[in-house]
Amino acid sequence: MNLCTTSRLRRALVSIAAAMFGLSTATRAADLTVYTALEADQIKPYKAAFEKANPGVNILWVRDSTGIITAKLLAEKANPKADVVMGLAATSLMLLQKEGMLMPYAPAGLDKVDAKMRDPAASPQWVGMDVWASAFCVNTVESGKKNLPEPASWADLTKPVYQGQIAMPNPASSGTGFLMVSAWLQMFGWDGGWKYMDELHKNIAAYTHSGSKPCRQAAAGEYTIGLSFEYRANKTKKGGAPISIVLPKEGLGWDMEAIGIMKTTKEVEAAKKLADWAATPDANKLYAENFAIVALPGIASSMEFIQGDIDKMLIKNDFAWAAENRDKILAEWSKRYDGKSEPKN
Amino acid sequence: MATETLILPDRAAAIAPLRQKLGRDDWIMRGAVVALGLWLIVTVLLPLWALLSKSFQAADGSFVGLANFQAYFASPALANSIWHSIWVSLLSTVICVLLAFVYAYGLTRTCMPGRGLFRIIAQIPILAPSLLPAISLVYLFGNQGLVKWMLFGASIYGPIGIVMGEVFWTFPHALIIITTALAISDARLYEAAEALRASPHRTFWTVTIPGARYGLISAVFVVFTLVITDFGVPKVIGGKFNVLATDIYKQVVGQQNFQMGAVVGLILLLPAALAFVVDQLMQRRQLALLSARAVPYAPRPDATIDRAMLAICSLIAFAILVVLGVSFFASIATFWPYNLAPSFKNFDFDMMDGGGWRSYFNSLVMAGLTALFGTAVIFTGAYLVEKTPRFRAIRGFVQFLALLPLAVPGLVLGLGYIFFFNNPANPLSFIYGTMAILVICTISHFYSVSHLTAVTALKQIDQEFETVSASLRVPFWRTFMRVTLPVCLPAVLDIAMYLFVNAMTTVSAVVFIYAPHTTLAAIAVLNMDDAGDVAPAAAMAMVVFATAAVTRAIYMLLTQGYLARAQMWRKR
Repeated sequence: MNLCTTSRLRRALVSIAAAMFGLSTATRAADLTVYTALEADQIKPYKAAFEKANPGVNILWVRDSTGIITAKLLAEKANPKADVVMGLAATSLMLLQKEGMLMPYAPAGLDKVDAKMRDPAASPQWVGMDVWASAFCVNTVESGKKNLPEPASWADLTKPVYQGQIAMPNPASSGTGFLMVSAWLQMFGWDGGWKYMDELHKNIAAYTHSGSKPCRQAAAGEYTIGLSFEYRANKTKKGGAPISIVLPKEGLGWDMEAIGIMKTTKEVEAAKKLADWAATPDANKLYAENFAIVALPGIASSMEFIQGDIDKMLIKNDFAWAAENRDKILAEWSKRYDGKSEPKN
Repeated sequence: MATETLILPDRAAAIAPLRQKLGRDDWIMRGAVVALGLWLIVTVLLPLWALLSKSFQAADGSFVGLANFQAYFASPALANSIWHSIWVSLLSTVICVLLAFVYAYGLTRTCMPGRGLFRIIAQIPILAPSLLPAISLVYLFGNQGLVKWMLFGASIYGPIGIVMGEVFWTFPHALIIITTALAISDARLYEAAEALRASPHRTFWTVTIPGARYGLISAVFVVFTLVITDFGVPKVIGGKFNVLATDIYKQVVGQQNFQMGAVVGLILLLPAALAFVVDQLMQRRQLALLSARAVPYAPRPDATIDRAMLAICSLIAFAILVVLGVSFFASIATFWPYNLAPSFKNFDFDMMDGGGWRSYFNSLVMAGLTALFGTAVIFTGAYLVEKTPRFRAIRGFVQFLALLPLAVPGLVLGLGYIFFFNNPANPLSFIYGTMAILVICTISHFYSVSHLTAVTALKQIDQEFETVSASLRVPFWRTFMRVTLPVCLPAVLDIAMYLFVNAMTTVSAVVFIYAPHTTLAAIAVLNMDDAGDVAPAAAMAMVVFATAAVTRAIYMLLTQGYLARAQMWRKR
């Protein structure tokens, strides 16, 4: 090989190497790494709207289930990778707050945000976006075939007819799962709640990783009843699934999706822009397409297939208690239901 | 993964050329061998070392001795997984090797029609991620399964599903090994058996089986290792049945408990490493068995046997096509099982978990780069290890490093990469989260088989070429570019193909080290399935399969056309 081709080859190799590494280091005006537990089909419009309003800031989502994002944030505490946490359960953000990982910041327009839906401090460490609440997806084709009555309440789910018919998210990985468990423990008391879950466990066919999966499985008839949340229920039904959506009459477990800035972020300005945007009416209108209750009061929601006034059905939820006891609840849950060898489905 | 290990070259030391003084070439080659050794130390050995040391540390990095291991064995759910993993892997191995033996027997020892077609169909599972058979099994035998009745009320979620999925996925691996073993038997033994009037039954047990026994043993170890270290199948269809591979994933990704992940990783390393060592020992004995005077066996037509084998092989081939077909139909159905009208709705990956179509293009880039750089590094490396004069100790050590990845499960390697490269104190930590680390990890993961393929090809070239070139004072790299590389082109392309297909379908190592902008298609399959988007997961798996299949088809046409001409000199 002569010298000329060698140097050309070398140049080509260098540029390929640069392209390979460049993928991560090439900086546009600002790359904002945002950890989120929002649904994959929600984050696209949020990103598009934000980036349109804030040219030069580029959101890089790291998306996973609530439990995984929470665990990841805690594990990376010494060397955090996230700039902003958006669309994570308030109970999880309160954990980060306790660990001192969040930056207090009052976004523009904070005064309009529902007082119940934010960290009460003047410079809050997290601000709510919307409320998400539990719902059942019941496959009407399968329940017809099996002659199953439609459950109307949490209590109904423990009836023996539903044995092996129910899928539920694992609370350790899914925020939707955790808010149910937290609701049962608050509604029925500590002992009563575990007693209820012991009964329910007998009917559960599968604990899933994601909070959406039970509803999608019910939609596909894999299991008849999926314990999930109202956004996924509404969306799945809209997609043509033969399901009816049930809001259990004892009351709905719920949590808030919220946003907070990581104290360690190097992109402070861009992070603040995202926090500001998250509290705007425009952003709240986007949330309202997915959820019944959003942070700015008075923004009408459009959930085609959700009957009933979700606002009135939410249980009285003590977030501080839930955040405080999260570890203890999950450890107890795993001990009781995770490791135990299961009856055959 | 380790399919080509059997067709291994002898390990006779390369004949040292007659030069005594070290020339410039020798120094360059020695330097390159050392560089390759350093590369393998950084990309294989140090990550494994990081994993090992992590298992003795607490979350804050302090040394805690065996405390993590104690915690592991104190948790009955986790300790149970060891037993689960072992018996499921054993069962899958027995079934898979039996089926593969029958199929291979049909291909090599009978005159049944359609052998070429059967060979092609049997390769299908290699072209898809292991998640694909698991997803198909859900569609076949799940609660809405098409043929659920075939399970007589048993649930597909659990050991039954895992075993079925693993048998499907590992079948081609076992088949390649056993086919090779059966193909190289000596016809003189059969003539002798016939002359001695041995019954066909007796000939089978005293000639055929002993002749293929090393192939069978090798297949057993390869399949066992593949099954015990695979996590795609148990993740999708394992239900509440925990195995080691899913435990690592749960500990690391689900609970971010890296220390416990390291412990499970080490436990998983044991059976894989053991299988590797035993397999290597067995192969040494196999070589002594083959004599140069062996006459290749040519099967004679036998209507009864041919018809029986045709029936059995058709059944197996049909099962493979059904598994593939079900995923295909699920992916183009609008809303399985209620609305089966065809649509492309499930291919709208951008509205789902897993990173959308970008994951697919990332995978293409990753697989392309892996094939390009991997082939370059591995083939050149094998050349250096083979052809560098003397320098035995270092060459032996580099050879060992090159074979080491064969004993390391992908999940374990990937976990080691987190520990080693995500350490801020590591000057190489800048590659963490880039496409580069995925490429490097994938090259390391599939290094050994490619290396062995290259070595086999290189051993066919007479050492004379080097000696003559040296005496004509032609630099070694010119000989390498002008003689060695063109002669070995088929092997080089084989390696590139092998790396490309595996990089497209692999999940295990890369699942721990992909970043938000480097999501991959096979991992998207996993994430979509996790979120309950099963049909889109099947769709993505089909896209991966189609890509691998088309690439493979183009490759076959190329090898039949261009290569046939380029390699014409091999024939008289």
